[in-house]
Amino acid sequence: MEIRILAPTGALGAGFRAESLERGVAMLPHVIACDAGSTDSGPYYLGTGEPKLSREAVKRDLRLLLKARDSLRVPLIIGSCGTSGRDVGVDLVAGIAREIAAEEGLRFALALVYADQDPAYLTERYEQGRIRPLDPAPFVDLDTLTGSQVVGMMGVEPIQRALTQGAEVVLAGRASDTALFAALPHAMGADPGLTWHMAKTVECGAACAIPPGADGLFVHLREDHFDVEPLDPSSRLTPLSVAAHTLYENANPYLITEPSGVLDTTDAVYTALDERRVRVTGAVYRPGDTYTVKLEGARLVGYQTIAVGGIRDRVVIEQLPKLLPMAQDYFRAKISDVFGGRVDPDDVDIDYRLYGQDAVLGPLDPDRDRPPHELGVLITVTAPTQPIAHAVATFVAHISAHLPIPQYDGLASTIAYPFSPPETDRGPLYQFTLNHVAVPGDPYEMFRTVHEEVAP
Amino acid sequence: MTRLLDLCSLIRSKNAGPFVLTFDFMCRDREAYELLRAAQVLTPQLFADLYGADPAQVLVVHHDRAQAVKVSFPRPVRQGDVHDSDSYGGQQYAPLVDLQVPAPPG
Repeated sequence: MEIRILAPTGALGAGFRAESLERGVAMLPHVIACDAGSTDSGPYYLGTGEPKLSREAVKRDLRLLLKARDSLRVPLIIGSCGTSGRDVGVDLVAGIAREIAAEEGLRFALALVYADQDPAYLTERYEQGRIRPLDPAPFVDLDTLTGSQVVGMMGVEPIQRALTQGAEVVLAGRASDTALFAALPHAMGADPGLTWHMAKTVECGAACAIPPGADGLFVHLREDHFDVEPLDPSSRLTPLSVAAHTLYENANPYLITEPSGVLDTTDAVYTALDERRVRVTGAVYRPGDTYTVKLEGARLVGYQTIAVGGIRDRVVIEQLPKLLPMAQDYFRAKISDVFGGRVDPDDVDIDYRLYGQDAVLGPLDPDRDRPPHELGVLITVTAPTQPIAHAVATFVAHISAHLPIPQYDGLASTIAYPFSPPETDRGPLYQFTLNHVAVPGDPYEMFRTVHEEVAP
Repeated sequence: MTRLLDLCSLIRSKNAGPFVLTFDFMCRDREAYELLRAAQVLTPQLFADLYGADPAQVLVVHHDRAQAVKVSFPRPVRQGDVHDSDSYGGQQYAPLVDLQVPAPPG
């Protein structure tokens, strides 16, 4: 048995060399797969449903992949569409796929697999005790759960069902990255340990290659091993680079959890086939007792306005530890005064980040007492509405420019703002709310599939 | 005295999901890895001191085949929260670059 898998890129829209894809197509893969999203970039994308990568970049990659699929007549599987994998993200990528079909004269059976979670469903599962925290997880009550945008991270099963029902192109909502690559080999009866390890290896595309790049990998998966190589002939993989990739963005490099069980790579062996290909054996997959679907949630927590400036005068810099707490007290009183009691100062957060002192590492920064010759100042106001955040930021920015310096008489000028106006509305702030799993009745019930014939 | 940077070809911090911070110490070669492993400087207590982590929640894994040490613990604040200063966790490794690694005895 040999199953060939083409992983063209680490993320749809991140790009890859067209020649690399051609090289992968020439090796006749049984499936082409990649993801189009993750939580890496923060809660904004899940909260809003907006994509991180541009429509143009996604369309460029998707056009090449749809044409490659058409020439091979094999499935194309793309997961976590639109960054967050929310329903709007699936619809966005589906719209782009239809446009490309019209422009290129392509015809294919499309399945859209949606992953948004209905608050009523979540409430039912919550009340049944079937929403469980992972470690570490924030506290979650029913209000947080139903007040968040929530997606479930699908495993292989809904994707396999879509393929069985005839889909040639699967555009999935939030999915485990590995499920996209594992779905077909798993359905074809490949060894589960090798299948999941292969999927983990290729899920970031050529990120594990030397040099790492926005490009793809190709896999030959056989009974007792898989061979992996970069699509770019000028880059290479080594046993060390492939083994090291199990560390990437994981807490535990040996144990990787999937909905149906755990991949254990403790006894995996990596061997160089030549100077750019690696053979991998030895990982095992342990099916779990309970099928679980990871939940991701984000909710709106406020709106922000920011101001950026710099302080160069050492006298002002030296006074900041005294002046900033005084300014905070003044702002609280000012908020009560300006809004006539309609805004509670406790609901407004005014944050100074001093770049050059400890803005990146915070109060535990071991070098925070070293005197800087210049400070970058980021002022962030977070408030329940954008107009309140903006109104507060205008007086915070103004007062920050005229802090009372004891050594100076008269109205001192204490900050250099590069922009007019100094304050900029940053929009909504979202918070990740869940590090939980749901225990569904089966692997399918949390996901909805819509089939469609796409024609030019 | 050897510094961590002398032993590592890559020192990296990242999120492992929005609630966990993870550090990768990729050693330059086998010898560097063995030295780092034997020195036992990358301890839960070190990460407690530098990042305020609960030592009981710090996971330290030595990965022989990757010639790497991996350290993970819960993020002090969740990713992207109002006072999170490093959304990707990408610069949290900075104080470790010049960490002194004692030579093995003998």
